[in-house]
Amino acid sequence: MNAFLATVRRDLLLALRRKSEVLTAVFFFVIVTSLFPLGIGPEPVLLKKIAPGILWVAALLATLLGLPRLFSADHVDGTLEQMALSPSPLGLLVAGKILAHWLLCGLPLVLLAPILGLQFDLDASTLGILTLALLLGTPLLSLIGAIGAALTLGVRGGGVLLALLVLPLYIPALIFGAGAVEAHSAGLGAGGHLSLLAAMLALAGFFAPWATTAALRVALE
Amino acid sequence: MIPWFWAAAIIFGVGGLWISFFVAPTDAQQGEGYRIIFVHVPASWMSMFIYLVMAFWAGLGLALNTRVSGMMAQALAPTGALMAALSLWTGALWGKPMWGAWWVWDARLTSELILFFLYLGFMALQAAIDDPRRADKAGAILALVGVVNIPIIYFSVKWWNTLHQGSTINLNKAPSMAQTMLWGMLLMALAFWMYSIAVALMRVRAIILERERHTEWVKHAVE
Repeated sequence: MNAFLATVRRDLLLALRRKSEVLTAVFFFVIVTSLFPLGIGPEPVLLKKIAPGILWVAALLATLLGLPRLFSADHVDGTLEQMALSPSPLGLLVAGKILAHWLLCGLPLVLLAPILGLQFDLDASTLGILTLALLLGTPLLSLIGAIGAALTLGVRGGGVLLALLVLPLYIPALIFGAGAVEAHSAGLGAGGHLSLLAAMLALAGFFAPWATTAALRVALE
Repeated sequence: MIPWFWAAAIIFGVGGLWISFFVAPTDAQQGEGYRIIFVHVPASWMSMFIYLVMAFWAGLGLALNTRVSGMMAQALAPTGALMAALSLWTGALWGKPMWGAWWVWDARLTSELILFFLYLGFMALQAAIDDPRRADKAGAILALVGVVNIPIIYFSVKWWNTLHQGSTINLNKAPSMAQTMLWGMLLMALAFWMYSIAVALMRVRAIILERERHTEWVKHAVE
């Protein structure tokens, strides 16, 4: 457990020493969501309807931006090999890195979503559901993305390939995440969608660090 | 072995096509347009089944570190992608006259599309990694992660009440279709099976020869 916390702390510290990288993804999220009303036109009814989808797709892309950095720097300077050789299990360290990635790339998006939702004229309860769905969904995105990041580590054209591998796997999270908000707006209740999202998060939380570790070991061979 | 599978594929294919075009009766509600299902259903079955077989070989390759399993997975992927594309394409051709739209965002269609993307991702990942052993292992992990999608496609018509109709063929009750239609579909399914096996075996032979090109026996075999 110490090793886990130490990895989280180290990754957070490294990221905070170089704030621009973290902030780039956050501003990307803000700018992409603001582009849609400009492109589609300021029609409040339409914007209200498509807001959850836009926020989710933007969150997806913003998470994707941070993924290549998850392992590449550590791979280049050899830290990753030391981690694989260390006495504490690599899976635990990987889980720590994924948590740190979520705290840096996922959590800011969750916190910003209610403010950006106001741009789309969403009411308070809808904003609450949207934030809750993102809170459950963004860790899922980080977990699935970590598998892709580990698979494409040190591969030619890794960035584009990463998007090709990871985006299809993101589709279920997108459907249920945006679906929760739409179901709530339609008066159906978001419980079912949120439960499914939480179930996927629980499954991914168990399996993803494990698959990521296997992929990293392949990359390090 | 390969010529036998080719012969079987052609015989079953010709028989299946003959039944599906000339013997099977015109559907009461859908008219002649329903005949596309004789290609659509077997292609969809194969696209899911090939993925399962691919994931099986991938898992075997990871667990036992056998070399041919990775090659089998690599050889199956293009055929699987072809089947998924065929299934989506024939589905679109069927959907236009029946539903009035080429494409609807229904759970089964969407998950089949994801399956197609998974095949493409698998092939892209394998193509991007130069070292074949590493490519096999990385692809195997991806294939195993993606296998979650198969039950979702298969049960999507039961779990979500959407536009795509439920399955007409069940093991435990009489199929809700005419006998000749069933025969046509089964023959076409067999033809698709034989074709997939023949093509996968041919491709795996080419992959083995390519990877072992530095060895003596390949030089003899090619001569």
